[in-house]
Amino acid sequence: MKRHLLEAGDLDRADATLVLDTAGQIESALAGREVKKLPTLRGRTVVNLFYEDSTRTRISFELAAKRLSADVINFSAKGSSVSKGESLKDTALTLEAMGADGIVVRHGASGAPHRLATWVKGSVVNAGDGTHEHPTQALLDAYTIRQRLGRLDGVRVVVVGDVLHSRVARSNVWLLSTLGAEVTLVAPPTLLPVGVGSWPVAVSYDLDAVLPKADVVMMLRVQAERMNASFFPSAREYSRRYGLDARRMAVLPDHAIVMHPGPMNRGMEIAAEVADSARSTIVDQVGNGVSVRMAVLYLLLGGAPE
Amino acid sequence: MTLITNVRPYGEDAVDIRITDGRITEIGPGLAGDDDVVDGGGLVALPGLVDLHTHLREPGREDAETVETGSRAAALGGFTAVHAMANTDPVADTAGVVEQVWRLGQEAGLVDVVPVGAVTVGLRGERLAELGAMADSAARVRVFSDDGHCVADPALMRRALEYVKALDGVVAQHAEEPRLTVGAQMNEGDRSARLGLAGWPAAAEEAVIARDVLLAGHVGARLHVCHVSTAGSVDILRWAKSRGVQVTAEVTPHHLLLTDECAETYDPVFKVNPPLRSDADVQALRAGLADGTIDAVATDHAPHAVEDKESEWASARPGMLGLEQALSIVVQTMVEPGLLDWRGVADRMSVRPAAIGRLAGHGRPLAVGEPANLLLLDPTHRATVDPAALASRSRNSPYAGRELPGRVVATFLRGTATVLDGKAQK
Repeated sequence: MKRHLLEAGDLDRADATLVLDTAGQIESALAGREVKKLPTLRGRTVVNLFYEDSTRTRISFELAAKRLSADVINFSAKGSSVSKGESLKDTALTLEAMGADGIVVRHGASGAPHRLATWVKGSVVNAGDGTHEHPTQALLDAYTIRQRLGRLDGVRVVVVGDVLHSRVARSNVWLLSTLGAEVTLVAPPTLLPVGVGSWPVAVSYDLDAVLPKADVVMMLRVQAERMNASFFPSAREYSRRYGLDARRMAVLPDHAIVMHPGPMNRGMEIAAEVADSARSTIVDQVGNGVSVRMAVLYLLLGGAPE
Repeated sequence: MTLITNVRPYGEDAVDIRITDGRITEIGPGLAGDDDVVDGGGLVALPGLVDLHTHLREPGREDAETVETGSRAAALGGFTAVHAMANTDPVADTAGVVEQVWRLGQEAGLVDVVPVGAVTVGLRGERLAELGAMADSAARVRVFSDDGHCVADPALMRRALEYVKALDGVVAQHAEEPRLTVGAQMNEGDRSARLGLAGWPAAAEEAVIARDVLLAGHVGARLHVCHVSTAGSVDILRWAKSRGVQVTAEVTPHHLLLTDECAETYDPVFKVNPPLRSDADVQALRAGLADGTIDAVATDHAPHAVEDKESEWASARPGMLGLEQALSIVVQTMVEPGLLDWRGVADRMSVRPAAIGRLAGHGRPLAVGEPANLLLLDPTHRATVDPAALASRSRNSPYAGRELPGRVVATFLRGTATVLDGKAQK
């Protein structure tokens, strides 16, 4: 493993598989235990440096670090020196001076974790940067797919929705293709980045055409403000063309699963009956997130061989 | 009197050059006399460079650059005249501000600082600034630009083009359709898609250039296009010139050398507007400069204080230093590959920029009777760029750590050495 986890592209097949396997081992080690805690990172300090609100991701990382017995500091940019104009660099150096071994950073600017990694000696984990990447989300998605379907090689994954602004989609594209899955992106052309043609994916504008062969359908959250910026004409039209409802779910092969990184817009990109169906892995994804983040922190901070 | 011995004007045969009272009075082999002698050592002599596009930050951001520090950087880069862009604080949109900048340049005495006047009041793109008052001022403004902003309103752009005809002026347009670049951070393409940085499409530049050349042709006015960055822009300019439109254009050194690959580091030292483009664009820009479609190299020297650059990419200010390495970049990208000879360099970096800016005393040939504005260059010297050693007050050089050819050994402004042995004389 490298010293940081900044983007999914940092992981080759062996590294990615090591993270997933380690998550599995951690899960097994904790299964049935009354006290769900390992002593692995005792004496280490992990800082959750969150410039954007994200309660779910922060809690997931916090729980992961605590279950590895690390000391955890939650640093929210709101109401801190950051709101008084302190720069990312000064904040990073301050945290490091306080002895942070690992910094988990969520930031609204793409590449902020990369900058941070040039200024600190500790490990940096990207917990979501702008519209760039969210690598631990992709790892937990891959873990969930493997858990449900037993493999990743050759699995056909359809990612649906606002790819243009989605760090989840970006991370999944790179990680899933590294792990041998076949990814198809489905979205209106306005929500696909110029340059998507160079990605290791297929692209379709027609959800109905790709569903019958999908093993995994990964729905992305659609932000309300995209509508006002004319990325598509109306919520109703979007939902009709790109939403996953019961009728569309019925077209899927029997073994296929439905994923969503959350939080969902029920009734917009995903119908309630789909989100709550047996095919849905949404709750599993949340639980697996903790195991995967434990694996990442363990491998980066636990003294694993380079 | 000064005698420069053993120099090669435009890289040709070695001669001596005698300077008397700020003018070249004699050129030939074996000149003698008891003048101050500067040993040219076989260096290449070129007319002093003229920059159409410099940001000197004074007034307003003297922590990033002043007229004096920027002038020193310019002299060290071989320049004898620079046009100082209008996006200062306050904006150079009145006779008072342009005269202040001009006077500060005179006091620094290292290069002729020629203020650019804003096209619109406060660069807001709403109504014309007092272009005539700036033209009539001591600064004698002939180039007008809202650089940093595009004059996006087509009707206002038409009026500006028409109005400056009476002033023998030119509108220098920052071509960027703002509605296509909302939030834009880098060149739109494969890399922006992957890096998650919002894209600045080539079409946002090309659409404005296409519009403006049609307007300039229609009203018969002079248009200058700032920092052309795309292959499509070169095509449009070539077409416009073939139609007889009075359009000129400039390219920056960084757009001749660097590509959007630099953004992979997320280091904002590579953030610039317009953004670094693809390798195909770089090749088209070099070809356009070589065949004269692009008239000039202009630095877009944009100094920024450390805190404005040492940050996340999105919040960093766009811009790069350019004055001190401009000639080296042109040597590397144009001369060494055989795209331009020394006369071509003189043409694109001195003669044509001076003509566009209507600067009478600059961009003149190295000939008897001409003003002694010249530089001496060692094209074989190679050195690694160390930002700490730059004369600019800022350090945002995209060339840090890069080995570049060419060293300006001396610069003369009207016969007075502003740089000797690579060191500024003030």
